[in-house]
Amino acid sequence: MTVQMERRQAAQSVTANGRAVTLEVKNLKVYYATPTGDVRAVDDVSFHVYKGEILGLVGESGCGKTTTAMAILRMVQPPGRIVGGQVLLDGIDLVGLNESALRDVRWNTLALIPQGAMNSLNPVMRIHTQIAEAIQTHEGRQPKDKLKQRILDLLSMVGLPSRIYDMYPHELSGGMKQRVCIAMAIALHPSLIIADEPTSALDVVVQRVVGQTLLDVKERMDVSMILIGHDMGLQAQLVDRIAVMYAGHMVEVAPVEAIFSEPLHPYTQLLIESIPSIKERKPLKLTEGITHDLRNPPPGCIFQERCPKVMDVCRRDRPPLRQLKPEHYVACHLYE
Amino acid sequence: MGGLTWNYVLKRVGMWFLTIWLGTTIIFLIPRLAPGDPVAGVISRLTAQSGYIENSAQMIEAWRARFGLDQPWPVQYIRYVGNSLRFDLGYSLANFPSRVESMVAQALPWTVGLLLVATLISFVIGNTIGALMAWERTPGWIRNLLPTTLTFTSIPFFMLGILLIYVFAFGLRWFPASGSVGRGLTAGLNWPYIASIIHHAILPATAIVIASMGFWALGMRGMMITTAGEDYMILAQAKGLKPSRIFWLYGVRNSILPQVTALTLSLGGIVGGAVLVEYIFAYPGVGYLLYQGIVTSDYTLIQGIVFMLVFTTATFVLILDLLYPLIDPRITYERG
Repeated sequence: MTVQMERRQAAQSVTANGRAVTLEVKNLKVYYATPTGDVRAVDDVSFHVYKGEILGLVGESGCGKTTTAMAILRMVQPPGRIVGGQVLLDGIDLVGLNESALRDVRWNTLALIPQGAMNSLNPVMRIHTQIAEAIQTHEGRQPKDKLKQRILDLLSMVGLPSRIYDMYPHELSGGMKQRVCIAMAIALHPSLIIADEPTSALDVVVQRVVGQTLLDVKERMDVSMILIGHDMGLQAQLVDRIAVMYAGHMVEVAPVEAIFSEPLHPYTQLLIESIPSIKERKPLKLTEGITHDLRNPPPGCIFQERCPKVMDVCRRDRPPLRQLKPEHYVACHLYE
Repeated sequence: MGGLTWNYVLKRVGMWFLTIWLGTTIIFLIPRLAPGDPVAGVISRLTAQSGYIENSAQMIEAWRARFGLDQPWPVQYIRYVGNSLRFDLGYSLANFPSRVESMVAQALPWTVGLLLVATLISFVIGNTIGALMAWERTPGWIRNLLPTTLTFTSIPFFMLGILLIYVFAFGLRWFPASGSVGRGLTAGLNWPYIASIIHHAILPATAIVIASMGFWALGMRGMMITTAGEDYMILAQAKGLKPSRIFWLYGVRNSILPQVTALTLSLGGIVGGAVLVEYIFAYPGVGYLLYQGIVTSDYTLIQGIVFMLVFTTATFVLILDLLYPLIDPRITYERG
């Protein structure tokens, strides 16, 4: 993306549709060092999240969704590292923060609902202790009865009975554990919650409950969310806008209705087509071709090797992410 | 969360009895399956010493009757089990008329004092080293230093004991080379006596600590690395908890569980003494006694010490089983 476009987008994000922006990610690059060269897990990714909206971040496994989330949290594990870019949360660049400033931001303004619902709670600590430590780490010691009431309120807000207050994680079901994580995430009224495949380990019924809980929480607290996942059906029901990632790049960002009704990028089109339907059985199209080596991306479009509509220009120049319609961004030469 | 039920306690106490009963039975059977008659052995040794003994056949008979060896096996067995359960371990064969239980009772406090303290120190130091070795935030110089402290572990501890005696007892003359307490002191709770005990115990305790802490350190290091990969560590970091809190309450707290099991087993075994250490330092503990018993073929003494070992190990395992749910809430009493 060019500097001018970046500026324009930044200017837009403050005033766009009169909506405030909670998070702005600019040209984020996260590379993993390997003996044979850097793997570009996230390469020059930019997007923003409006205040009070849920942004869906979708793409196949390994496309860089979780790495993007971890980079926003500044928790990329070695050998990974943030090579460049900015992560502006409420105007503060998280990439430049030192460790203790970062600890203050974490959970206060930026919370995580983790991927592994089953194992994300400390198995030897009671539920109330785990919620209390998040509160007390950031707000200091609290009077005991006030703290207890606050935790019970949080639990009831996510639809959990008060009896789990004293329980250990192994005594809860997967869906309950995930709702404990949601209760924990909203404890400090953060500006942004990153939910990393919050329902992937749950059965469909519980998925709905957890999804509904997320919606309720968003409505009630006016919090912004990034919902990472590859379940397009769940995304359709929960999110306001969808950002599609492929091989470490953002290929399309659009309101959820537009993504489903008129997907522009060939990858998004294949993704929508591949959603299983209960009405008919259709063969999978997406299996053709392979992803290129992320250590050595080819010149031109990153989707060229699997794209059914590939053109000569695609092998030469990389298409930038451009706005085609209001709120509809796509990185594809087809629309030039 | 299952409470401590009578059913569970009874089951565990039953297991404890069974273990001890099996142990005593094996101790009873093994010498009797071995060829030879202990009384005849003693008489023939005496004969060899003095050339000729009058009425040796009658003497053998008399002694066999004295030790109850003329009775059929089942009678001997029932009497043996009954005596063992009353801690009546019989006469020492080599030091007649000393009784085994009083010899063990004299040696036991020294061994327990030395090994209990040394084992606990070793457990604390070893686990701390292991945890720090695995912790990614440990400063580099400490991380480089720690493995060198463990190189001593690969030196056999009797060699280490000899080395310690050579340097600190004969060379620097800081500590006594042998014994457990200075002569001419009034036994009791007075400072000179206690100081002398500590002074004598430092070298053997150091040998044991250095020799055994590597075991704890390596086990802990492995567990900490496993724990570091758990999902709850990611959430703990995202919550902005202080690194020290994550280290102790998330890392160490979860990694220590199998170490506690190993500690219980090694505590159960300490009444057996550290034979070589006690021998090298002429420390009058159970290990030294066991060594003497073996050298003088004192079967009743060896049997008595082995019985004590079986008894304490089984007892410690019983205590562990009753207490373990307190440190690991996932273990419930019902499953026992």
